[in-house]
Amino acid sequence: MVATRNVTPKDGDALVMVGTMKGAFLFRSNASRARWERGGPYFPGSAVYAMAYDGRAGRQRLWAAPESFHFGAVMRSSDDFGKTWSEEEAGAIRFPEDTGASMKRVWQIAPARAEEPDVLYAGVEPAALFESHDGGKKWSLVRGLWDHPHRPQWQPGGGGMCLHTVLLDPGRRERIHVAISTAGVYRTDDGGRSWRTAHKGVRAQFLPNKHPEFGQCVHKIARHPSRPDRLYLQNHWGLYRTDDAGDSWKDVANGVPSDFGFAMAVHPHDPDTAYIVPLESDEFRCTPEGRLRVYRTRDAGQSWQPLTRGLPQKDALETVLRDALATDGFEKAGVYFGTRSGKLFASRDSGTSWTRITDGLPPVVCVKTATVAKGRGRAK
Amino acid sequence: MTVTFRIPGPLLSFTGGRHVVEAEAVVATVEEALAQLWRLYPGLRDRILTEQGQVRPHVNVFVGADSIRDTGGLATPIGERAEIAIIPAVSGGVGGR
Repeated sequence: MVATRNVTPKDGDALVMVGTMKGAFLFRSNASRARWERGGPYFPGSAVYAMAYDGRAGRQRLWAAPESFHFGAVMRSSDDFGKTWSEEEAGAIRFPEDTGASMKRVWQIAPARAEEPDVLYAGVEPAALFESHDGGKKWSLVRGLWDHPHRPQWQPGGGGMCLHTVLLDPGRRERIHVAISTAGVYRTDDGGRSWRTAHKGVRAQFLPNKHPEFGQCVHKIARHPSRPDRLYLQNHWGLYRTDDAGDSWKDVANGVPSDFGFAMAVHPHDPDTAYIVPLESDEFRCTPEGRLRVYRTRDAGQSWQPLTRGLPQKDALETVLRDALATDGFEKAGVYFGTRSGKLFASRDSGTSWTRITDGLPPVVCVKTATVAKGRGRAK
Repeated sequence: MTVTFRIPGPLLSFTGGRHVVEAEAVVATVEEALAQLWRLYPGLRDRILTEQGQVRPHVNVFVGADSIRDTGGLATPIGERAEIAIIPAVSGGVGGR
Protein backbone atom coordinates (compact mmCIF):
# COMPACT_ATOMS: atom_id res chain seq x y z
CA MET A 1 0.00 0.00 0.00
CA VAL A 2 1.20 3.47 -0.85
CA ALA A 3 2.34 5.45 2.19
CA THR A 4 0.25 8.44 3.18
CA ARG A 5 2.17 11.66 3.60
CA ASN A 6 0.93 14.33 5.97
CA VAL A 7 1.08 18.09 5.87
CA THR A 8 1.04 20.54 8.75
CA PRO A 9 -0.63 23.75 7.64
CA LYS A 10 -0.03 26.91 9.62
CA ASP A 11 -2.10 29.99 10.24
CA GLY A 12 -2.51 31.90 6.97
CA ASP A 13 -1.60 28.98 4.71
CA ALA A 14 -3.46 28.09 1.55
CA LEU A 15 -5.02 24.66 1.40
CA VAL A 16 -6.29 22.90 -1.71
CA MET A 17 -8.34 19.75 -1.14
CA VAL A 18 -8.46 17.38 -4.06
CA GLY A 19 -10.85 14.46 -4.26
CA THR A 20 -10.11 11.79 -6.85
CA MET A 21 -11.52 8.49 -8.01
CA LYS A 22 -8.94 6.72 -5.83
CA GLY A 23 -8.47 8.82 -2.73
CA ALA A 24 -8.11 12.36 -1.41
CA PHE A 25 -5.12 14.68 -1.33
CA LEU A 26 -4.20 17.92 0.40
CA PHE A 27 -1.93 20.57 -1.01
CA ARG A 28 -0.49 23.17 1.31
CA SER A 29 1.39 26.36 0.61
CA ASN A 30 2.13 29.57 2.41
CA ALA A 31 0.23 32.64 1.27
CA SER A 32 2.59 33.20 -1.67
CA ARG A 33 1.19 29.96 -3.19
CA ALA A 34 4.42 29.49 -5.13
CA ARG A 35 5.40 26.03 -3.83
CA TRP A 36 3.05 23.27 -2.79
CA GLU A 37 3.52 20.42 -0.38
CA ARG A 38 1.37 17.35 -0.91
CA GLY A 39 -0.40 15.23 1.65
CA GLY A 40 -2.20 11.97 0.97
CA PRO A 41 -3.51 9.79 -0.40
CA TYR A 42 -6.20 9.62 2.26
CA PHE A 43 -8.67 6.75 1.86
CA PRO A 44 -6.59 5.16 -0.93
CA GLY A 45 -8.82 3.21 -3.27
CA SER A 46 -12.00 5.08 -2.37
CA ALA A 47 -13.63 7.65 -4.64
CA VAL A 48 -13.94 11.03 -2.92
CA TYR A 49 -16.51 13.19 -4.73
CA ALA A 50 -17.08 15.61 -1.87
CA MET A 51 -14.70 17.50 0.39
CA ALA A 52 -15.07 20.66 2.45
CA TYR A 53 -13.30 22.76 5.02
CA ASP A 54 -15.11 24.00 8.08
CA GLY A 55 -13.24 26.89 9.69
CA ARG A 56 -16.23 28.21 11.65
CA ALA A 57 -16.22 28.66 15.40
CA GLY A 58 -12.50 28.08 15.68
CA ARG A 59 -12.55 24.73 13.91
CA GLN A 60 -9.89 23.52 11.54
CA ARG A 61 -11.94 20.64 10.21
CA LEU A 62 -11.67 18.78 6.96
CA TRP A 63 -14.61 16.83 5.62
CA ALA A 64 -14.49 14.06 3.05
CA ALA A 65 -16.97 11.46 1.84
CA PRO A 66 -14.92 8.43 0.78
CA GLU A 67 -16.89 5.87 -1.11
CA SER A 68 -16.14 2.20 -1.58
CA PHE A 69 -17.51 0.58 -4.71
CA HIS A 70 -18.56 -2.35 -2.57
CA PHE A 71 -19.31 -0.98 0.86
CA GLY A 72 -20.84 2.44 0.20
CA ALA A 73 -20.02 6.00 1.21
CA VAL A 74 -19.22 7.34 4.66
CA MET A 75 -18.64 10.79 6.12
CA ARG A 76 -15.23 11.39 7.67
CA SER A 77 -13.83 14.47 9.33
CA SER A 78 -10.38 15.40 10.54
CA ASP A 79 -9.33 18.09 13.03
CA ASP A 80 -5.61 17.62 12.37
CA PHE A 81 -5.41 18.09 8.62
CA GLY A 82 -5.76 14.45 7.73
CA LYS A 83 -3.45 12.79 10.23
CA THR A 84 -6.43 11.16 11.91
CA TRP A 85 -10.05 10.86 10.82
CA SER A 86 -13.32 10.30 12.61
CA GLU A 87 -14.67 6.77 12.96
CA GLU A 88 -16.35 5.29 9.91
CA GLU A 89 -19.52 4.68 11.91
CA ALA A 90 -19.84 8.30 13.01
CA GLY A 91 -22.13 10.77 11.30
CA ALA A 92 -23.68 8.42 8.77
CA ILE A 93 -26.07 9.82 6.19
CA ARG A 94 -28.95 7.39 5.92
CA PHE A 95 -32.24 7.61 4.12
CA PRO A 96 -35.21 7.01 6.41
CA GLU A 97 -36.88 3.65 6.01
CA ASP A 98 -40.13 5.04 4.59
CA THR A 99 -38.29 6.54 1.59
CA GLY A 100 -37.16 3.12 0.37
CA ALA A 101 -33.99 4.85 -0.86
CA SER A 102 -30.40 4.07 -0.04
CA MET A 103 -27.50 6.48 -0.21
CA LYS A 104 -25.18 5.93 -3.12
CA ARG A 105 -22.84 8.91 -3.18
CA VAL A 106 -22.20 12.18 -1.39
CA TRP A 107 -21.67 14.87 -4.02
CA GLN A 108 -21.41 17.97 -1.90
CA ILE A 109 -20.65 18.95 1.67
CA ALA A 110 -21.60 22.54 2.44
CA PRO A 111 -20.92 24.14 5.81
CA ALA A 112 -23.57 26.82 6.35
CA ARG A 113 -23.05 30.46 7.22
CA ALA A 114 -20.70 31.68 9.93
CA GLU A 115 -23.66 32.71 12.12
CA GLU A 116 -24.89 29.12 12.27
CA PRO A 117 -21.61 27.32 12.92
CA ASP A 118 -23.10 23.91 13.68
CA VAL A 119 -25.17 23.66 10.50
CA LEU A 120 -24.00 21.69 7.47
CA TYR A 121 -25.73 20.51 4.33
CA ALA A 122 -24.95 17.55 2.12
CA GLY A 123 -26.12 16.90 -1.42
CA VAL A 124 -26.34 13.22 -2.28
CA GLU A 125 -27.34 10.62 -4.84
CA PRO A 126 -30.15 9.68 -5.25
CA ALA A 127 -30.92 13.39 -5.41
CA ALA A 128 -31.64 14.61 -1.91
CA LEU A 129 -30.50 17.23 0.56
CA PHE A 130 -29.49 16.35 4.11
CA GLU A 131 -28.88 18.76 6.96
CA SER A 132 -27.04 18.58 10.25
CA HIS A 133 -27.52 20.95 13.16
CA ASP A 134 -24.85 19.54 15.45
CA GLY A 135 -21.70 19.96 13.41
CA GLY A 136 -22.13 16.77 11.39
CA LYS A 137 -22.81 14.21 14.12
CA LYS A 138 -26.37 13.56 12.99
CA TRP A 139 -27.92 14.13 9.58
CA SER A 140 -31.55 14.30 8.57
CA LEU A 141 -33.31 14.35 5.24
CA VAL A 142 -34.73 17.69 4.11
CA ARG A 143 -38.25 16.44 3.58
CA GLY A 144 -39.53 19.48 1.75
CA LEU A 145 -37.35 18.71 -1.24
CA TRP A 146 -37.72 14.94 -1.04
CA ASP A 147 -41.50 15.30 -1.06
CA HIS A 148 -41.50 17.70 -4.01
CA PRO A 149 -44.07 16.50 -6.55
CA HIS A 150 -41.50 16.67 -9.37
CA ARG A 151 -39.08 14.29 -7.71
CA PRO A 152 -40.50 10.96 -8.94
CA GLN A 153 -40.04 12.23 -12.50
CA TRP A 154 -36.45 13.44 -12.18
CA GLN A 155 -34.11 11.52 -14.45
CA PRO A 156 -30.48 10.64 -13.84
CA GLY A 157 -27.86 12.36 -15.95
CA GLY A 158 -24.62 10.76 -17.09
CA GLY A 159 -23.18 11.23 -13.61
CA GLY A 160 -26.17 9.70 -11.86
CA MET A 161 -29.25 11.14 -10.17
CA CYS A 162 -27.33 13.63 -8.12
CA LEU A 163 -27.85 16.75 -6.07
CA HIS A 164 -24.40 18.12 -6.75
CA THR A 165 -24.44 21.78 -5.69
CA VAL A 166 -25.72 23.55 -2.59
CA LEU A 167 -25.54 27.36 -2.41
CA LEU A 168 -26.53 29.15 0.78
CA ASP A 169 -27.58 32.74 0.47
CA PRO A 170 -25.20 34.81 2.62
CA GLY A 171 -27.85 37.38 3.47
CA ARG A 172 -31.13 35.49 3.53
CA ARG A 173 -30.80 32.68 5.96
CA GLU A 174 -33.91 30.89 4.74
CA ARG A 175 -32.82 30.82 1.10
CA ILE A 176 -30.93 27.90 -0.42
CA HIS A 177 -30.35 26.99 -4.04
CA VAL A 178 -29.62 23.43 -5.07
CA ALA A 179 -28.72 22.07 -8.49
CA ILE A 180 -29.76 18.59 -9.56
CA SER A 181 -28.91 16.61 -12.68
CA THR A 182 -31.24 16.26 -14.40
CA ALA A 183 -33.93 18.23 -12.70
CA GLY A 184 -32.61 21.78 -12.65
CA VAL A 185 -32.22 24.49 -10.03
CA TYR A 186 -34.56 24.47 -7.06
CA ARG A 187 -34.80 27.21 -4.46
CA THR A 188 -36.28 27.42 -1.01
CA ASP A 189 -37.06 30.72 0.68
CA ASP A 190 -38.28 29.17 3.92
CA GLY A 191 -35.34 27.15 5.13
CA GLY A 192 -36.14 23.99 3.19
CA ARG A 193 -39.83 23.48 3.86
CA SER A 194 -40.95 24.36 0.34
CA TRP A 195 -39.07 24.43 -2.93
CA ARG A 196 -39.75 25.72 -6.40
CA THR A 197 -37.89 25.62 -9.66
CA ALA A 198 -35.50 28.49 -10.35
CA HIS A 199 -34.34 27.82 -13.89
CA LYS A 200 -36.71 29.78 -16.10
CA GLY A 201 -34.95 30.57 -19.36
CA VAL A 202 -32.51 27.66 -19.15
CA ARG A 203 -32.88 25.45 -22.22
CA ALA A 204 -32.99 21.69 -22.22
CA GLN A 205 -31.23 21.27 -25.57
CA PHE A 206 -31.49 17.49 -25.31
CA LEU A 207 -35.31 17.33 -24.92
CA PRO A 208 -38.07 17.77 -27.50
CA ASN A 209 -39.53 20.55 -25.34
CA LYS A 210 -36.62 22.96 -24.91
CA HIS A 211 -38.23 24.77 -21.98
CA PRO A 212 -39.81 22.14 -19.77
CA GLU A 213 -41.03 22.92 -16.28
CA PHE A 214 -38.12 20.82 -15.00
CA GLY A 215 -35.59 18.42 -16.43
CA GLN A 216 -32.81 20.89 -17.18
CA CYS A 217 -29.43 19.23 -16.86
CA VAL A 218 -27.66 21.82 -14.76
CA HIS A 219 -24.00 20.93 -14.34
CA LYS A 220 -22.98 23.69 -11.95
CA ILE A 221 -24.17 26.95 -10.42
CA ALA A 222 -21.93 29.50 -8.73
CA ARG A 223 -22.47 32.79 -6.92
CA HIS A 224 -20.56 35.65 -5.42
CA PRO A 225 -21.40 36.34 -1.79
CA SER A 226 -21.40 40.12 -2.21
CA ARG A 227 -24.14 39.91 -4.81
CA PRO A 228 -26.27 36.99 -3.76
CA ASP A 229 -29.01 37.38 -6.38
CA ARG A 230 -26.51 36.91 -9.20
CA LEU A 231 -25.71 33.33 -10.12
CA TYR A 232 -23.94 31.80 -13.07
CA LEU A 233 -24.97 28.46 -14.52
CA GLN A 234 -23.20 25.92 -16.69
CA ASN A 235 -25.81 23.72 -18.29
CA HIS A 236 -25.58 20.58 -20.37
CA TRP A 237 -25.33 22.94 -23.37
CA GLY A 238 -25.77 26.50 -22.30
CA LEU A 239 -24.17 29.17 -20.20
CA TYR A 240 -26.40 31.48 -18.18
CA ARG A 241 -26.58 34.27 -15.63
CA THR A 242 -29.40 35.39 -13.38
CA ASP A 243 -29.59 38.65 -11.46
CA ASP A 244 -32.80 37.79 -9.66
CA ALA A 245 -31.83 34.65 -7.76
CA GLY A 246 -32.99 32.31 -10.49
CA ASP A 247 -36.36 33.80 -11.37
CA SER A 248 -35.04 34.40 -14.89
CA TRP A 249 -31.86 33.42 -16.68
CA LYS A 250 -30.11 35.02 -19.62
CA ASP A 251 -27.86 33.25 -22.11
CA VAL A 252 -24.31 34.55 -21.74
CA ALA A 253 -22.44 32.17 -24.05
CA ASN A 254 -20.69 35.05 -25.78
CA GLY A 255 -17.43 34.16 -27.48
CA VAL A 256 -16.85 30.70 -26.06
CA PRO A 257 -15.72 27.81 -28.29
CA SER A 258 -18.49 25.66 -26.82
CA ASP A 259 -21.21 26.27 -24.28
CA PHE A 260 -20.92 22.67 -23.09
CA GLY A 261 -18.92 22.06 -19.96
CA PHE A 262 -19.15 21.14 -16.32
CA ALA A 263 -17.09 23.33 -14.04
CA MET A 264 -17.75 26.91 -13.02
CA ALA A 265 -16.39 29.23 -10.33
CA VAL A 266 -16.69 32.89 -9.37
CA HIS A 267 -13.88 35.27 -8.51
CA PRO A 268 -13.66 35.78 -4.73
CA HIS A 269 -13.75 39.58 -4.89
CA ASP A 270 -15.56 40.48 -8.10
CA PRO A 271 -19.10 39.33 -8.89
CA ASP A 272 -18.58 40.22 -12.56
CA THR A 273 -15.75 37.71 -12.94
CA ALA A 274 -16.36 34.00 -13.45
CA TYR A 275 -14.48 31.01 -14.85
CA ILE A 276 -15.45 28.02 -16.95
CA VAL A 277 -13.65 25.26 -18.86
CA PRO A 278 -15.55 24.66 -22.11
CA LEU A 279 -15.65 21.13 -23.51
CA GLU A 280 -16.24 20.24 -27.12
CA SER A 281 -19.60 18.48 -26.81
CA ASP A 282 -21.57 15.98 -24.81
CA GLU A 283 -20.35 13.30 -27.20
CA PHE A 284 -16.72 14.36 -26.94
CA ARG A 285 -16.27 15.71 -23.46
CA CYS A 286 -12.77 17.05 -23.98
CA THR A 287 -11.24 20.49 -24.39
CA PRO A 288 -11.82 21.79 -27.94
CA GLU A 289 -8.94 21.62 -30.44
CA GLY A 290 -6.73 19.86 -27.95
CA ARG A 291 -6.18 23.15 -26.12
CA LEU A 292 -6.66 23.40 -22.38
CA ARG A 293 -8.26 26.80 -21.95
CA VAL A 294 -10.00 28.30 -18.98
CA TYR A 295 -12.39 31.05 -20.07
CA ARG A 296 -12.89 34.09 -17.90
CA THR A 297 -15.49 36.79 -18.07
CA ARG A 298 -14.91 40.10 -16.33
CA ASP A 299 -18.17 41.67 -17.40
CA ALA A 300 -20.69 39.17 -16.07
CA GLY A 301 -20.80 37.12 -19.23
CA GLN A 302 -21.02 39.78 -21.91
CA SER A 303 -17.69 38.47 -23.19
CA TRP A 304 -15.34 35.62 -22.33
CA GLN A 305 -11.59 35.48 -22.90
CA PRO A 306 -9.41 32.38 -23.07
CA LEU A 307 -6.69 31.98 -20.44
CA THR A 308 -3.82 29.95 -21.84
CA ARG A 309 -0.55 31.11 -20.31
CA GLY A 310 1.02 28.09 -18.69
CA LEU A 311 -1.66 25.67 -19.89
CA PRO A 312 -0.94 23.06 -22.60
CA GLN A 313 -2.17 24.23 -26.00
CA LYS A 314 -1.36 21.15 -28.04
CA ASP A 315 -2.64 17.57 -27.78
CA ALA A 316 -4.41 18.41 -24.55
CA LEU A 317 -7.64 16.43 -24.64
CA GLU A 318 -8.62 17.12 -21.08
CA THR A 319 -11.83 17.01 -19.06
CA VAL A 320 -12.57 19.12 -16.02
CA LEU A 321 -15.55 17.83 -14.06
CA ARG A 322 -18.26 19.84 -12.34
CA ASP A 323 -16.69 20.25 -8.93
CA ALA A 324 -13.06 20.36 -10.02
CA LEU A 325 -12.64 24.15 -10.42
CA ALA A 326 -12.36 26.51 -7.47
CA THR A 327 -11.12 29.92 -6.39
CA ASP A 328 -9.52 30.84 -3.08
CA GLY A 329 -10.03 33.85 -0.84
CA PHE A 330 -6.64 35.56 -1.06
CA GLU A 331 -6.42 39.19 -2.08
CA LYS A 332 -4.62 38.16 -5.26
CA ALA A 333 -7.13 35.51 -6.16
CA GLY A 334 -6.04 31.94 -6.72
CA VAL A 335 -7.84 29.71 -9.21
CA TYR A 336 -7.39 25.94 -9.26
CA PHE A 337 -8.61 23.03 -11.30
CA GLY A 338 -7.97 19.33 -11.65
CA THR A 339 -8.41 17.13 -14.71
CA ARG A 340 -9.67 13.65 -15.29
CA SER A 341 -6.12 12.83 -16.34
CA GLY A 342 -4.88 13.65 -12.84
CA LYS A 343 -3.25 17.04 -13.38
CA LEU A 344 -3.71 19.91 -10.95
CA PHE A 345 -3.22 23.49 -12.16
CA ALA A 346 -3.11 26.71 -10.19
CA SER A 347 -3.12 30.42 -10.89
CA ARG A 348 -2.30 33.05 -8.30
CA ASP A 349 -3.12 36.03 -10.48
CA SER A 350 -6.85 35.51 -11.02
CA GLY A 351 -6.27 33.16 -13.94
CA THR A 352 -3.93 35.23 -16.10
CA SER A 353 -1.09 32.70 -15.77
CA TRP A 354 -1.00 29.11 -14.60
CA THR A 355 1.40 26.55 -13.24
CA ARG A 356 0.97 22.82 -12.85
CA ILE A 357 1.08 21.85 -9.19
CA THR A 358 1.27 18.14 -9.98
CA ASP A 359 0.29 15.40 -12.36
CA GLY A 360 -0.13 11.69 -11.96
CA LEU A 361 -3.06 11.89 -9.57
CA PRO A 362 -6.02 9.57 -10.09
CA PRO A 363 -8.89 11.22 -12.01
CA VAL A 364 -9.81 14.43 -10.18
CA VAL A 365 -13.48 14.83 -9.25
CA CYS A 366 -13.41 17.70 -6.76
CA VAL A 367 -11.20 20.64 -5.87
CA LYS A 368 -11.92 22.81 -2.84
CA THR A 369 -9.89 25.57 -1.20
CA ALA A 370 -9.45 27.07 2.23
CA THR A 371 -7.33 29.63 3.98
CA VAL A 372 -6.21 28.25 7.30
CA ALA A 373 -7.17 30.49 10.18
CA LYS A 374 -5.82 30.03 13.64
CA GLY A 375 -7.70 27.28 15.42
CA ARG A 376 -9.34 27.89 18.77
CA GLY A 377 -9.26 24.41 20.13
CA ARG A 378 -11.84 21.86 19.28
CA ALA A 379 -15.34 23.04 18.66
CA LYS A 380 -18.02 20.44 18.72
CA MET B 1 -24.34 -23.26 17.97
CA THR B 2 -21.34 -21.46 16.53
CA VAL B 3 -21.52 -19.22 13.49
CA THR B 4 -18.23 -18.32 11.89
CA PHE B 5 -17.97 -15.13 9.85
CA ARG B 6 -15.19 -14.42 7.38
CA ILE B 7 -14.55 -10.68 7.08
CA PRO B 8 -12.89 -9.15 3.99
CA GLY B 9 -9.79 -6.98 4.26
CA PRO B 10 -11.47 -3.60 3.63
CA LEU B 11 -13.72 -4.12 6.65
CA LEU B 12 -11.11 -5.20 9.18
CA SER B 13 -11.08 -1.71 10.67
CA PHE B 14 -14.50 -2.55 12.11
CA THR B 15 -13.44 -5.83 13.71
CA GLY B 16 -10.19 -4.80 15.31
CA GLY B 17 -8.33 -6.60 12.52
CA ARG B 18 -10.09 -9.94 12.93
CA HIS B 19 -10.54 -11.89 9.68
CA VAL B 20 -12.55 -14.54 11.44
CA VAL B 21 -15.28 -13.76 13.92
CA GLU B 22 -17.20 -16.41 15.82
CA ALA B 23 -20.57 -15.94 17.46
CA GLU B 24 -22.35 -18.32 19.79
CA ALA B 25 -26.05 -18.02 19.18
CA VAL B 26 -29.17 -19.90 18.25
CA VAL B 27 -30.12 -18.60 14.83
CA ALA B 28 -32.15 -20.02 11.96
CA THR B 29 -31.38 -17.70 9.04
CA VAL B 30 -28.59 -15.65 7.58
CA GLU B 31 -30.40 -12.50 8.67
CA GLU B 32 -30.48 -13.65 12.27
CA ALA B 33 -26.86 -14.69 12.10
CA LEU B 34 -25.81 -11.32 10.71
CA ALA B 35 -27.70 -9.62 13.53
CA GLN B 36 -25.24 -11.34 15.86
CA LEU B 37 -22.38 -9.91 13.83
CA TRP B 38 -23.85 -6.40 14.05
CA ARG B 39 -24.21 -6.87 17.79
CA LEU B 40 -20.48 -7.52 18.07
CA TYR B 41 -19.41 -4.92 15.50
CA PRO B 42 -22.23 -2.43 14.86
CA GLY B 43 -20.36 -0.50 12.17
CA LEU B 44 -20.37 -3.48 9.83
CA ARG B 45 -24.08 -3.38 9.26
CA ASP B 46 -24.20 -0.29 7.05
CA ARG B 47 -21.24 -1.46 5.02
CA ILE B 48 -22.77 -4.83 4.14
CA LEU B 49 -26.42 -3.81 3.97
CA THR B 50 -28.05 -0.65 2.66
CA GLU B 51 -30.02 1.43 5.16
CA GLN B 52 -33.08 -0.39 3.79
CA GLY B 53 -31.73 -3.72 4.99
CA GLN B 54 -30.75 -5.21 1.64
CA VAL B 55 -27.36 -6.68 0.89
CA ARG B 56 -25.40 -4.04 -1.02
CA PRO B 57 -25.41 -4.77 -4.75
CA HIS B 58 -21.67 -5.39 -4.99
CA VAL B 59 -21.31 -7.48 -1.85
CA ASN B 60 -21.74 -11.24 -1.88
CA VAL B 61 -22.66 -13.28 1.15
CA PHE B 62 -21.89 -17.00 1.07
CA VAL B 63 -23.06 -19.76 3.38
CA GLY B 64 -20.42 -22.40 2.91
CA ALA B 65 -19.88 -22.41 -0.86
CA ASP B 66 -23.30 -21.03 -1.83
CA SER B 67 -24.16 -17.43 -2.51
CA ILE B 68 -27.33 -16.45 -0.69
CA ARG B 69 -28.53 -14.79 -3.90
CA ASP B 70 -29.23 -18.34 -5.10
CA THR B 71 -30.61 -19.74 -1.89
CA GLY B 72 -33.21 -17.30 -0.61
CA GLY B 73 -31.29 -14.18 0.31
CA LEU B 74 -31.20 -13.13 3.92
CA ALA B 75 -33.92 -15.69 4.68
CA THR B 76 -31.57 -18.52 3.72
CA PRO B 77 -31.67 -21.11 6.51
CA ILE B 78 -28.44 -22.08 8.17
CA GLY B 79 -27.56 -25.20 10.06
CA GLU B 80 -25.28 -26.04 12.93
CA ARG B 81 -21.71 -24.76 12.61
CA ALA B 82 -22.46 -22.48 9.68
CA GLU B 83 -19.71 -20.51 8.02
CA ILE B 84 -20.71 -17.19 6.48
CA ALA B 85 -18.28 -15.40 4.20
CA ILE B 86 -18.66 -11.78 3.16
CA ILE B 87 -16.90 -11.19 -0.13
CA PRO B 88 -16.73 -8.06 -2.29
CA ALA B 89 -17.91 -8.80 -5.83
CA VAL B 90 -15.11 -8.83 -8.38
CA SER B 91 -17.26 -8.62 -11.46
CA GLY B 92 -18.26 -5.00 -11.28
CA GLY B 93 -21.58 -6.51 -10.81
CA VAL B 94 -24.27 -6.06 -13.45
CA GLY B 95 -27.12 -7.86 -11.80
CA GLY B 96 -25.17 -8.00 -8.59
CA ARG B 97 -23.41 -11.26 -9.34
